[in-house]
Amino acid sequence: MSWETVIGLEIHVQLSTKSKLFSGGSTGFGAEPNTHVDLIDMGLPGVLPVANREAFHKAIRFGLATNAEINQVSSFDRKNYFYPDLPKGYQITQMTMPIVGKGSIKIDVDGIEKIINITRAHLEEDAGKSIHDLFDGETGVDLNRAGTPLLEIVSEPEISNAKEAVAYFKAIRQLVTFLDICDGNMAQGSMRCDVNVSIKKEDATELGTRAEIKNINSFKFIERAINYEIERQIRIIESGESVIQETRLYDSVKNETRSMRSKEEANDYRYFPCPDLLPVVISDKEFSEIKDNLPELPDEKEKRYIKESNLDEAEAKIISSSKTMANMFEEACAKTNDSKLVANWLVGDVSALLNKDNIDIEESKLSSNNFAVLIERISDSTISGKIAKSVLEEVWESGEDVDKIIKDKGLVQIQDESVLEDISQNIIRDNPSQVEAYKGGKDKLFGFFVGQVMKETQGKANPKSVNDILKKLLDN
Amino acid sequence: MSIQYKSIKDLSNMLLKRDISHEELIKETFSLIESNIDLNAFITLNKDSAIEKAISLDNNKVESTLSGIPIAQKDLFCTKDLRTTCGSNMLSSFVPPYSATVITNLENAGCISVGKTNMDEFAMGSSNETSFFGNVENPWGKNLVPGGSSGGSASAVSSGIVPAATGTDTGGSIRQPASLCGITGLKPTYGRISRWGMIAFASSLDQAGPMARTAEDCAILLNHMCSHDLKDTTSLDEPIPDFTEDLDKPIKGMKIGIVKEFDLSKLDNDVVKVFEDSKNHYESMGAEFVEISLPNISLSVPTYYVVAPAECSSNLSRFDGVKFGTRCDDPKNLEDLYIRTRSEGFGDEVKRRILIGSYVLSAGFYDAYYKKAQQVRRLIKNDFDNAFSQVDVIMSPTTRGAAFEAGSKGSDPIQMYLEDLFTIPANLAGLPALSLPNGFVNNKPIGLQLIGNFLEESKILQFAHNFQKTSDFHLKTPRGENIS
Repeated sequence: MSWETVIGLEIHVQLSTKSKLFSGGSTGFGAEPNTHVDLIDMGLPGVLPVANREAFHKAIRFGLATNAEINQVSSFDRKNYFYPDLPKGYQITQMTMPIVGKGSIKIDVDGIEKIINITRAHLEEDAGKSIHDLFDGETGVDLNRAGTPLLEIVSEPEISNAKEAVAYFKAIRQLVTFLDICDGNMAQGSMRCDVNVSIKKEDATELGTRAEIKNINSFKFIERAINYEIERQIRIIESGESVIQETRLYDSVKNETRSMRSKEEANDYRYFPCPDLLPVVISDKEFSEIKDNLPELPDEKEKRYIKESNLDEAEAKIISSSKTMANMFEEACAKTNDSKLVANWLVGDVSALLNKDNIDIEESKLSSNNFAVLIERISDSTISGKIAKSVLEEVWESGEDVDKIIKDKGLVQIQDESVLEDISQNIIRDNPSQVEAYKGGKDKLFGFFVGQVMKETQGKANPKSVNDILKKLLDN
Repeated sequence: MSIQYKSIKDLSNMLLKRDISHEELIKETFSLIESNIDLNAFITLNKDSAIEKAISLDNNKVESTLSGIPIAQKDLFCTKDLRTTCGSNMLSSFVPPYSATVITNLENAGCISVGKTNMDEFAMGSSNETSFFGNVENPWGKNLVPGGSSGGSASAVSSGIVPAATGTDTGGSIRQPASLCGITGLKPTYGRISRWGMIAFASSLDQAGPMARTAEDCAILLNHMCSHDLKDTTSLDEPIPDFTEDLDKPIKGMKIGIVKEFDLSKLDNDVVKVFEDSKNHYESMGAEFVEISLPNISLSVPTYYVVAPAECSSNLSRFDGVKFGTRCDDPKNLEDLYIRTRSEGFGDEVKRRILIGSYVLSAGFYDAYYKKAQQVRRLIKNDFDNAFSQVDVIMSPTTRGAAFEAGSKGSDPIQMYLEDLFTIPANLAGLPALSLPNGFVNNKPIGLQLIGNFLEESKILQFAHNFQKTSDFHLKTPRGENIS
């Protein structure tokens, strides 16, 4: 018997606004605990929330980029539950009138495209953090994150396997980074997701009972958690039992999911409209301003790179796949005006290094400015392509400044033709038998002389000059 | 020269003519507080900084009628560096790091906050008997309640300690105690006064307002209490008039609505007589009476007791012992912390309303209760809109009777809830309403309620002032004297 998997994702995207969703508190990451907390974030008696319009603008950008319905009138509700890192005892969220309605996004799994529909995307405030392992027998609460704006993006249950789920998550991440509404930093928790998984027989029309796996923040864990969960559910059903509706946690160390709470234990959130906040109305003018200033999206970039920068389709696709890569490309092109050279390096050496380390470009130590300088030094003949490779490798390891590496290691290419000519003459003089063989018709030996010059100059000779000089000396 | 029972206007003139210094006035006020300590009207006094401010005003007066005027602040408004308890054990040692907008507005106008007044716990009550800090006495009689929840403020003004106090009104908490203590109190249009810094009971109903001896003083106070506050998105962005401007305009030819559905036959004859006398009084001033119908008004109390507890159950969730306020001793775990903190921190009435509120918002009950109540609320608002197309103000008794004895409502909360029968509709509809003294029942004062249309505080103040210019109910002291 064959099982079909049905997956839906709820992705929480931390919006990169300067201040929090309902207060002037800073959203900066990594500060001392409870230093980015104002009266409102603390939920002091008597304080009132004021909605941050920047968060709405960012949410609308997402809606526009996913061809979604935008609700120019949206409102806030309270979701009531007790937890120490939830200062007010309720979370302000958008239950009944979310800012973004139905939309969709295209995903790509091994070259096959699929459209995933998005049910809604709504604004809500993040909670703080409970710290359980710092104080013996006590829990610490850090409210720095409390009130940070989140866009919760809810997909339809149209995802069929773990690979598609990862592709969907990646597509959302790509989009929100291009839209400049989220930094996409998963290690810092800027994107997290809840995964709903159920299985059903292939021909069944009704969905099976689902389990919700909470709070996963890496591609790898999404894939593993889903695959574990599918197997678990198949095992249960095939042994004649039934899956119960519950919330589960993924343990990345043991690679398993385990029960957090069942449906019976679930909170009754007692949703009701937040009486402190009037509905937020986005005027037509505001709306069209956001629309007119929408940043260029990956598809548009890809087309532009093919048309204006003469890249082939494969190159354009790889480079436009991430905002960081695209920025690197554009910055380096601006410096050198040689889009082909830039593309070759990104698609070739840089991509090879990424594959080798199995990381994303954002995680590498190569900054776009440093990369642009590297290309510029190749382009202005300061260093040869071969030297550039070693410089890139060094930058990759250390993040060191390109010009500093070139200077410290004395890698500047030898341009002085008289120097190269002297070296070449010495080589010819020291290798009479090879000269004779070459002149006798062994053309391939030309490479030997080039190699010798390069060896003598530790690779710093300009290859084109060496070629010209050797040709002149040997062929006369 | 005694300052007791003096109005804002009187005190302001005395200060202006230097009959008394700011410092003397404030020191005298504290003597009055001391000599009336049995009223238990205050929870926390602000003596040192009040005197300090008075001295600085002696040197540097603020250009305002309110400069140097002592005022009592309901203990529901956050006051920076001054303990704010909301009448609850939960906040019995809470010192806010900021002040409510309305407090800042009044203090910027020169008012001197002399202390924080007693109140029903979290403003839930109609007799001030739910306060953690004990009952407040009504100056009009031993063991009489002052009403609630702004009972301390009403008692402080009624006893002549201060000419002015702030109150808040969610279902009648300014008007009912004003009625029972023989003073004037105004609940403005919802949104006129910022709620920033007001500890929330029911956010969509809560509104701050002035309590004073006269309508004129209320108008002066209101002028400085209102502001469009960007920190409160429900605060109204509407022009703020000079509320004293229309006070003296005659009301001849203006129309007063009498609500057909308010069945006065169930009230004591004495109460009805006082009301009829007031009608005659207004008629003698040339006002016309029109019977109006508010068909859904009988649903007000049940609607209120769904909406208000629902909002309160959520608003009071933040009192969990984690960040501020009372925390139980030695919690064993998180659940124990929550349960014991909230069990020890809240009194019975607050717990009752949290339970009701949690119930009506529960999955499966929301539509039947909360949603339905909001729909009824809209109907009540529509009823008022229709009525105000025919009349200028709507008039009714403020309360069903005069002040009652502490403990006399027994253990039946419904009896207490019915205290707010006449006052609740204005909160549900967000309309301005005031209570002014209009007579006595068994030597105890009672009040007349005037409800105005949206933003028409000036008009109800005008009606009240016209009444007070031609009557002396507001000038009687509890000792039976007449204020000159």
